[in-house]
Amino acid sequence: MSILVIAEHDNAALKPAVLNAIAAAAAIGGDIEVLVAGSQCSGAAQAAARVAGVKKVRVADAPHYAHGLAENLAALVVSIARDYSHILAPATSFGKNVLPRVAALLDVAQISDIIKVESPDTFVRPIYAGNALATVQSSDAIKVITVRSTGFDAVAAEGGAGAVETVAAAPDSGLSSLLGQELTKSERPELTAARVIVSGGRGMGNGENFRILEALADKLGAAVGASRAAVDSGFVPNDYQVGQTGKIVAPELYIAVGISGAIQHLAGMKDSKVIVAINKDGEAPIFQVADYGLVADLFQAVPELTSQL
Amino acid sequence: MKVLVPVKRVVDFNVKVRVKSDGTGVETTNVKMSMNPFDEIAVEEAVRLKEAGTVTEIVAVSVGSAQSQETLRTALAIGADRAILVETAVETQPLAVAKLLKAIADKEQPGLILLGKQAIDDDSNQTGQMLAALLNWSQATFASKVKVAGANAEVTREVDGGLETLSVKLPAVITTDLRLNEPRYVTLPNIMKAKKKPLENLKPEALGVDPAPRLKTLKVQEPPKRSAGKLVKSVSELVEKLKSEAKII
Repeated sequence: MSILVIAEHDNAALKPAVLNAIAAAAAIGGDIEVLVAGSQCSGAAQAAARVAGVKKVRVADAPHYAHGLAENLAALVVSIARDYSHILAPATSFGKNVLPRVAALLDVAQISDIIKVESPDTFVRPIYAGNALATVQSSDAIKVITVRSTGFDAVAAEGGAGAVETVAAAPDSGLSSLLGQELTKSERPELTAARVIVSGGRGMGNGENFRILEALADKLGAAVGASRAAVDSGFVPNDYQVGQTGKIVAPELYIAVGISGAIQHLAGMKDSKVIVAINKDGEAPIFQVADYGLVADLFQAVPELTSQL
Repeated sequence: MKVLVPVKRVVDFNVKVRVKSDGTGVETTNVKMSMNPFDEIAVEEAVRLKEAGTVTEIVAVSVGSAQSQETLRTALAIGADRAILVETAVETQPLAVAKLLKAIADKEQPGLILLGKQAIDDDSNQTGQMLAALLNWSQATFASKVKVAGANAEVTREVDGGLETLSVKLPAVITTDLRLNEPRYVTLPNIMKAKKKPLENLKPEALGVDPAPRLKTLKVQEPPKRSAGKLVKSVSELVEKLKSEAKII
C-alpha cells in the first residue's frame, strides 16, 4: 500500500501543515510518497525528501504549477493516482481547493478534515462546527483525504532520505491564471503553527487598537488572530480569522481578548491546551471554555498583562 | 448570462446541535432550518450581478427533501427568477450532489455557477470544486470579490496567507466566502412574489444519477467537553496562575 501526500509549498520550502499530513499518512500505514508540483521547486522537493518517513518524492516542475492552480494540479495528481491507495493533503486553503477536484475526477468521495485514523478505511472528522464527531468509512478504491493539522503531531522535518524522482508535467489547462497576490507580511509566527496566540474580537473596537494585542504578542512570541466579527468589521485582514470556516488552531496558550465566544469561533480554537479569556462581559460564552477568565476592561488589562510578563 | 445558484437547507447557524443518543447523527427534528449562510451570499451575489446588468437570469437549485422547497422560496425572495428542486430522501453527499448539479448544468447551460464554499452542517467544502471538475470548468473558491470581464471573471480569493486574484475562463464555478457581500433582508412583498415564481420538481433518476451516499457513517459522537475553568480577580493573579499552575509562560 502506498500513500501520496500532496505538498503545499512556496517552491523553496514546505508549509508546516505538510508535516501533519505526513503524520496522518504514517498513522494509516504504508509507503509514504510526496508530490511536489511547482516551478523551480527543487528546494521544496529536497526538503520533502528529508522529512522523516518519506520514501519517495515525485517532482513535477513546470511554469504552470507555480501558483498551485487547482485545474492543473488536479489533472497532474489524477495522472499518477492509480499508484496509490490513499491521497492526502493538508486541510488548508490550498488542500481544500485542489483535493475535491481530484476526488471527483477519480469518481470517489472525499473525506474532509480528518482528525483521527481508526483504520485504513475509517476516519474521524468533525461536523457541525466541531459540535459532533463523525466516524466514517470509505469503500472507494482510492481514499482521498484532507487532514486537519491539529489532529496529528507533525513528523520531524529532518531525518529522512527519500528518493527524488521526476514526474512528467501534464499540459496547462489554460482555464485559470494568477493575476496577483496580497499576502500579509508578518514577523510573527504563522497562526496555525504558533505556540501562543493572542486573538481579538469585536470588543477591540477598531483596527488601531489591535496594537495593544501586538505588543502582548511580541512579548510572548505569539501570533495574532481574530474572530469573524473583527475581520468582518475590517479591523484586521481575513487571514487572521480563527473559526469554523477560518483557521483551526490548537496552540499551547490561546488568549481571547474582547471575544464573546460564538460557536463558530469556539470551533476554531477549543482544542487549545490552555485558554485565557479577557472580556468585560462576565456572561460571555467564552468563559465557559476558558481555563482562566478575567472579567475586565481589555484596554486596561491587556497593557497591564504585557507589562507584567 | 444565466447563473445557476445551488443552495442547501441546513440547521440554522444559531442552533446548538445535539448528538442523538443512539449515535446515528444529530437531532434535526423540531430544529430551526435555514439556507446555508454561504449559499445565501451566493444568491445575493447573483442578484447583484443581475442588478448590474451582467446577468439575465438566476436559477436556484437545491438537492434534498421536499422541505428544501422552503429554502428555494427564500432564494426566490432574495431575487432568483426560478427554482429547481432535485428531490431525494437519501443522505446527500457532495459527490452525488455535484453529479446532479452537473446534469442540471448540462440542461441549463449557465455561464456561471455560484455557490457557498461549504455547508455548515457537514463542513465538507467539496461540492463546488467537484462540480467544476465534472464539468471540466475553471474554479475559483473562497471568493471575496467577483468581477465579470468579458469571457473571464476576475475573482479575489481568501487564502491562508491573505488574498489572491485569479482570472478564470467562463463558464466557471465560483464558491463564496464570508466577505463577498452582506445578503439583504427579504421583504414581505418579495416573499409574496416568490410564491408565484416557477419551482420545478425533479427526481435524481430523471437526471440519470444515483444519489446513494458513498461514505458510510458508522457513528456520531459528542466531542470531549471542555469544562469551564476559574475566574481570576486580577492581571497579577492571571500571570501567577499561568506561571505556577499552567506552567505555560
